[in-house]
Amino acid sequence: MRRVAIVGVGVSKFGYRPDVSLPELAWEAVKEALDDARLDSKDIEAYVVGNVGGWSSEPLPAVVVGEYCGLTPGSGIRVEAACASGSSAVRTAYHMVASGEADVVMAMGVEKMNESPTPTVVEFIGRAGNYFWEFENFGLTFPGYYALHATAYMNKYGATEADLCEIAVKNHYYGSLNPKAQFQKPITLEECLKSRYVAWPLKLYDSSPITDGSAAVILASEEVAKKITDTPVWIKAIGAANGTSNLSKRDDFTGLEAARLAAQRAYKRAGIDPNEPVKYLDVAEVHDCFTIAEIMAYEDLGFAKRGEGYKLAREKQTYIGGVIPVNLSGGLKAKGHPIGATGVAMIAELTRQLRQEVERGRQAPIKKGMALAHNVGGTGHYAFVTILSL
Amino acid sequence: MSTIIQKLREYLDKAEAEQIRQLDQLVAATGLPVYKDPKTGALLWVDVRELRLRFQLSVNRIAKFVEGLSQERLYYTVCKRCGAKYFPPQADCPRCKSSDVEWREVSREGELITWTVINVKPASFAHNKDYVVGIVKMPEGFNITAWVDADPATLRPGAKMRLVVGRRPGENYITYWFRPAP
Ligand SMILES: [Zn+2]
Repeated sequence: MRRVAIVGVGVSKFGYRPDVSLPELAWEAVKEALDDARLDSKDIEAYVVGNVGGWSSEPLPAVVVGEYCGLTPGSGIRVEAACASGSSAVRTAYHMVASGEADVVMAMGVEKMNESPTPTVVEFIGRAGNYFWEFENFGLTFPGYYALHATAYMNKYGATEADLCEIAVKNHYYGSLNPKAQFQKPITLEECLKSRYVAWPLKLYDSSPITDGSAAVILASEEVAKKITDTPVWIKAIGAANGTSNLSKRDDFTGLEAARLAAQRAYKRAGIDPNEPVKYLDVAEVHDCFTIAEIMAYEDLGFAKRGEGYKLAREKQTYIGGVIPVNLSGGLKAKGHPIGATGVAMIAELTRQLRQEVERGRQAPIKKGMALAHNVGGTGHYAFVTILSL
Repeated sequence: MSTIIQKLREYLDKAEAEQIRQLDQLVAATGLPVYKDPKTGALLWVDVRELRLRFQLSVNRIAKFVEGLSQERLYYTVCKRCGAKYFPPQADCPRCKSSDVEWREVSREGELITWTVINVKPASFAHNKDYVVGIVKMPEGFNITAWVDADPATLRPGAKMRLVVGRRPGENYITYWFRPAP
């Protein structure tokens, strides 16, 4: 396997984007990534598109985006791993370069969720478990799946709705400093606590929004990377795992087994001590589709002991200056969650964090030179943990 | 009396009727299904080709499960070769690769593990009041996801739950749910 570097990154403005079509939205990130790497579309040998779709009009987004962005006839495919589709795109592109099949490959993610009305989007995501046994008769929703975890977690460990809201407050604060974020306004704990329930015990402010957005990263072999850039960021390790589609097949609802396994696999490959990962990492982006998801991520990743993740939130240990800064982009919660783009946007954000070029107030101090992305698809149906290093 | 399937269709049609009427007016007035998004001023083309989906799922190999429902019983499968138990029932055992399974009736009492209340409902459930969905651990060792017919404020982890198989009130087709055990 060859070493693989990230040599260019781009992210579109996230949010409600009726001003652009799906391929136009993709181009915003693709162009920024090409400019960042000082490359042209024709230099990209292959591309991988993370996209879930259903709510948007294009059933074959990879070819539509490839044509618009001038990536044809380079080989392109679409990959799907629910909300972790972006990470699976990065992983597939990584394998293409690591194996020696190609030297320059783009991973991108794009999603236009607002091409359908909100109830249709709610319906689509609710069906994303095990359709017949969870949705057809019982009408579970995406917040509902995570709410099942929140109830179990809060009952077992004594975490409160206010502890969950601490995550929303932090991520909105950092989102307010990120010009690409969907929400750029800090919120108070009271506002979060007063927001209406969407799936008890989760409230509107515990939830990531419906988002249109795109992100792109360009990966290159070591030889090519050194010609393109002085500041390559290396993909040190990727760990991946799956959980059962049907939540009832799981024993435990206080964490996500797939995320724990993905972390173990990534830590082993990266040479990180799984008992003390924060000693190796400067910053992390974790999958906070709901506030409970970020708290479980702290534990699944080993940032906190089992049952103590909510204390990191309560003690504000995941702000800059704490044990480990998490979601300085605003996270899915405030930056937005264009499902197929999220995982790619995490890698783009961490690349810029490691290069120390993000906006003032949300730049992590870079001392150890390593960063972690944790991207979950569905409710622990897919999990990817990606370790980047300088 | 209209069935639940008709009722849901009528409910969804009613919700969409105003939009379709506006779309027709727009096309009549301007010749194009194009309007300015009131929030952003962006030009939007409204799709004139509606796509309605209704899937047909095979339950052929779990026909015994369907037959059980019709008798208001819930069945799971046990692999005759290795003893693995499956709910949802499955006709194939990936553990030992056998497809020789026995159908058994699920016991009627379990313990609640976790639950939620669905406040914001999918379009196809929008005609329901907020409903409680729980996961219940059964003595056989597997869990069952289903609605819980109870005031959510009274629920606790470990609470004893009684399995009910019958016609769901309002929708009238046979399914299964839990209620607190007496
Ligand atoms: Zn077997």
